[in-house]
Amino acid sequence: MSREHAHPARTAWLVVAGLVAFMLLLAGCGSSDSGSSTSSNELQKLGKGEGQVNLISWAGYVEPEWTKPFEKESGCKVNDKVAGTSDEMVQLMRTGQYDGVSASGNATARLVDGGDVSPVNVSLVPNYKTIFSDLKNQPYNTFEGVHYGIPHGRGANLLMWNPENVKPAPDSWDVILDPKKAAKYSGKISAYDDPIYIADAAVYLKYHQPDLKIESPYELNEEQFEAAVTLLEEQRPYVGEYWSDAAKQISAFAGGDSEVGTTWQYQYFALKGEGKPVAASPASQGFLPKEGATGWSDTWMISSKAQHPNCMYMWMNYIVSPKANAEVAEYFGEAPAQSLACAQTVDKEFCSKYHAEEPEFWKRVYYWETPLADCGNGSSDCKDYNDWVKAWTSIKG
Amino acid sequence: MSRRLASFFHGRPRLQVGALLAGPMGWLAIGYLGSLAVLLIAAFWSVDPLSGEIVHNLGLENFETLVNEPVYRHIIQRTVVVAALVTVTDAVLAFPIAFYMAKVATRRGKAILVVAVLLPLWSSYLVKVYAWRTMLSAGGVINWALAPLGLHGPGFGVTAVWLVMSYLWLPYMVLPIYAGLERIPNSLISASEDLGASPFTTFRRVILPLSFPAVVAGSIFTFALTLGDYITPKLVSNDQFIGNVISTNISSDLPFASALALVPIVVMVAYLLVARKLGAFEHV
Repeated sequence: MSREHAHPARTAWLVVAGLVAFMLLLAGCGSSDSGSSTSSNELQKLGKGEGQVNLISWAGYVEPEWTKPFEKESGCKVNDKVAGTSDEMVQLMRTGQYDGVSASGNATARLVDGGDVSPVNVSLVPNYKTIFSDLKNQPYNTFEGVHYGIPHGRGANLLMWNPENVKPAPDSWDVILDPKKAAKYSGKISAYDDPIYIADAAVYLKYHQPDLKIESPYELNEEQFEAAVTLLEEQRPYVGEYWSDAAKQISAFAGGDSEVGTTWQYQYFALKGEGKPVAASPASQGFLPKEGATGWSDTWMISSKAQHPNCMYMWMNYIVSPKANAEVAEYFGEAPAQSLACAQTVDKEFCSKYHAEEPEFWKRVYYWETPLADCGNGSSDCKDYNDWVKAWTSIKG
Repeated sequence: MSRRLASFFHGRPRLQVGALLAGPMGWLAIGYLGSLAVLLIAAFWSVDPLSGEIVHNLGLENFETLVNEPVYRHIIQRTVVVAALVTVTDAVLAFPIAFYMAKVATRRGKAILVVAVLLPLWSSYLVKVYAWRTMLSAGGVINWALAPLGLHGPGFGVTAVWLVMSYLWLPYMVLPIYAGLERIPNSLISASEDLGASPFTTFRRVILPLSFPAVVAGSIFTFALTLGDYITPKLVSNDQFIGNVISTNISSDLPFASALALVPIVVMVAYLLVARKLGAFEHV
């Protein structure tokens, strides 16, 4: 009887094959239960802090100036991960390794739908009471009557230009969206590199083509969507650069590659600080070109898998406390969400400059929302975010 | 305990090999092949248009979109063409450098050159790409240097991506070729010369065939790295590469992103098969 000798390579392959089969089994099991709702119930009673809290935030939202006092008073050490886009925030939250996120309106619905975040018990957040009422119960933070977050602050996307070469000073988005006018700055136009930029075209069309009957730039039916996409396709040859991170746009304006385009306060102030020639629809004129503008209203949300829920609740209460909210708003250049913050700002005119207390003003700012097939009027023939993503790929080519 | 374990394994070669390989093979299988398998399966799933949830039914829609929508064809073409151009450029640039390092330079010069080739790898990828971005910008040093000649630089675009990628991946081409040339005995070159071959013939009939596997090894790096990169295209052009489309789709349509992620894998497998056909792996 001859003794059988295993060939090492064959053994190795057997091990690999076995493990792959095991993985597939795991993947199969994992996927079968992922469809069910995983959102746990909201916290009923605040307990003792867990010693730390892991956050995902926009750049400039979690800075030592106001996190140090929080750490001292709550005993929760703050670990922050800065995200560049809403998509990145959604992906990071899905890892389940974070306690909370400062989500913009184009991420909140996705997080709620995906069961990544839990409802927030606002009675455990005392500072919620004095938040501006026009920020409460909004479609991007309250779903079917359930609160899913604490409003943080809001702002509008700006039109920025180089006053040395862009004359006269534009008061309308037509300078970059009307093909005839955009041609004048061919190769020097800067546009935001994200599917949500289609909404900027929709805001423009809402004003200039009323017969399209656009209500919300995030709820677009086939015809309205096509019109917006066509507008951006016409804009494409004149775009010098699509930007998705702030540093890229700052270097483009500083180096002369871009001269006019859509931006955030952050880049505008950074370039001004470097002494570069930039102008933007200024705060004194309400930031807004005549069509209005897209904007954002950010919400602190708590993960459904939060490891440190008590610390997260303490953080949510702290960041909308009058002093901290004033600090973050002035640092970032946005309107605070906390009505009592206006008395705490270093610049006493800050709230009036940023129109924090004027609900009328914000009616012309269209906060980012996740485009959904459900148009909000009962019909579901709107283009959803996936359509927006596909269209965006085609626009850029 | 350990003695009992040892006596247990004694005379059981199959178990010995199995226990030894379980760790690394497990890592390979779960961390690498396992995730590839999940990727492969996910590519056949789809997303429910109403809820945006992933539907776990196998179908070919994602691949149909990839084939039928011209925009994706263009993006795949663009990516593959740039990857090929970068590979050829790097091979042409790297060969003389590697040859000088392996056959001409003194021991000291060799050490200095190896460090010089490795040096760029010590600095951050992002810093290098941003440096190129600054150089290529309208007011950058390239335009400034070309201005007296009445020329201007390529600006941002596919050409810029080609330039930056060729720069970034050059060390990955130089090092394998250098290692390959080092292994060619000098006596072979002398013999070729003694038999009356011209330098060019020696290069064509002796050095090139013997170093070909090394060139292919380097090209696998440059080609694969270019296929997968999405940050450089984002920073120095407006043109989308495969990686960019994957990254924009990943949160809204994971199955489609997976299908797209299979494209570089398929291209790479085809590339390796062609390389094998050309005999690249025979002398390794």
